This record gives sequence, structure tokens and C-alpha cells, in this order.
Amino acid sequence: MVAQNIFFGILSAIVIVSALRMVTTRNIVHAALYLVAVLAGLGALYVLLTAEFVATTQVLVYIGAVMVLFLFGIMLTKAPLGNEMEMTGKQWPLAALVAALLGGVTIYSLLNGFGSDRLVTDGPVYRTADVSDEVFSTYIIPFEAVSVLLLAALIGAIVLARKD
Amino acid sequence: MLLNQFLILGAVLFAVGVYGVLARKNGVMVLMSIELMLNAVNINLVVFGVQHGVVSGQVFALFVIAVAAAEVGVGLAIVLLLYRNRTSIDVEDFDLMRG
Repeated sequence: MVAQNIFFGILSAIVIVSALRMVTTRNIVHAALYLVAVLAGLGALYVLLTAEFVATTQVLVYIGAVMVLFLFGIMLTKAPLGNEMEMTGKQWPLAALVAALLGGVTIYSLLNGFGSDRLVTDGPVYRTADVSDEVFSTYIIPFEAVSVLLLAALIGAIVLARKD
Repeated sequence: MLLNQFLILGAVLFAVGVYGVLARKNGVMVLMSIELMLNAVNINLVVFGVQHGVVSGQVFALFVIAVAAAEVGVGLAIVLLLYRNRTSIDVEDFDLMRG
């Protein structure tokens, strides 16, 4: 129990610091690499929560595929790689105020609603086989819908990005 | 471990993502901040699944990951198209619909 709390502290510190650096750094490639740190930290937190298949998918899909897409996007739009372009708009104090208010209200209501509820740590552990059983029985129709959505997104991206 | 540890982590990440969407000028950076917000939602789904002892939380998180992958593909195609037409991805340059 103590070890889990220590690891939670380390991982959440990595995630929050990297997220803050991601939205404040002036170099866009550094921002992409900080996003990798955030996603990897969250993947480790999923392992801590015994969600092994979600952690695997996080690494495969986010760190593998989505990050490559982002790096291609950065490369193809010829974003200035140094500090030439100011990356943050003039409205950033207002944005910070909105984000602080949103976060404050959410945290206040969470503390009010869940107080010191303890996380259930002796519940059932769902392995990959249990997750796939659920996906292919209860959630089979949403699963098929998501596969059609992915096909539509693939075709849409090709249609949008082709040159003619 | 408290339930609130994870929920507050999710709330902080979501707020940071909102700041990124509102304050950043680069279109690709806006998309990255949206990914941050979707991940904040995912951690809530997984932790509530653990709390209630059901597998649905993990399944929903997987659906969110799949939809996020589709979203980022189309989003980056749109950003590329904007760059090709206007040679800029600064979101402040796109104010054609301003009244």
C-alpha cells in the first residue's frame, strides 16, 4: 500500500510537470516530447490500477501511432523549430484564469463529493481476456460502430489531405 | 490509496488541457492539448471501473482511445489543408467568420 502511494506520487509528479511544460514550452518538438512523457506516465498509472490492456493500448496507440502523426504534422507544416514564433497568444492570462477556475471548481466538488473515500483495492482484477470477453459480447455493437468510424476517419483524412 | 488522488489528477490534467487549447496559437499544439483532455477523461473512467469492480470502465477507456486516434487523424488532415491554403497554422489567422 505504501509502495503504491510512493509510485503514485512519482508518476503523478512526472505527469503534471510534463503537462505544464507541454503547454508552456516555446519549442513545438519539445512540446511533443513532453506529451510522450505525459502519456507514458498515464500508462504506468493504468498498470498501477491493474488495467493492463488499457496500459498496453496507451503505449501502442498513443505513444506509437498518435505521436508519429503529431511529429509528421509538425514536420509537414514547417513549424518554426526554434523560438522564432511566439507560441502563446496574447489572451493567455484569460485562458489561465478560465483553466484555474475550471480546475478549482472541479477539485472542490470532487473533495465535497468523494471526501476521503478509499479506492477499492481488493476488488476483481480484469485481465486482457476479461476485457476482450466484454468487448465482444456486451459491447459488440459499439465495437462495430467504432470500426466503421475508424474507416470513415481514414478515408476522410485521405480525401482531405490529397492534392488536387 | 484514496479515490480522490486519481480524480484530482484527472481534473488538473483537464484544466491544463483547457489552458493549452485556449492559449496556444499553433494548430498542432491545440490538437495536442485536446489529447491531454481526452487522457484526463480516460483516467477517470479506469479508476471508477476499479472502484465499482466492473470491467466497463476499461472498455469505455479503450473506445475513447480509438475515437481519439480517429479524431487526431482527421484533425491533422484539416491542419495540413489549412497550411496548404493559407501557409499558416496560427489559429488567430483564421477569422473569416468573425462578425
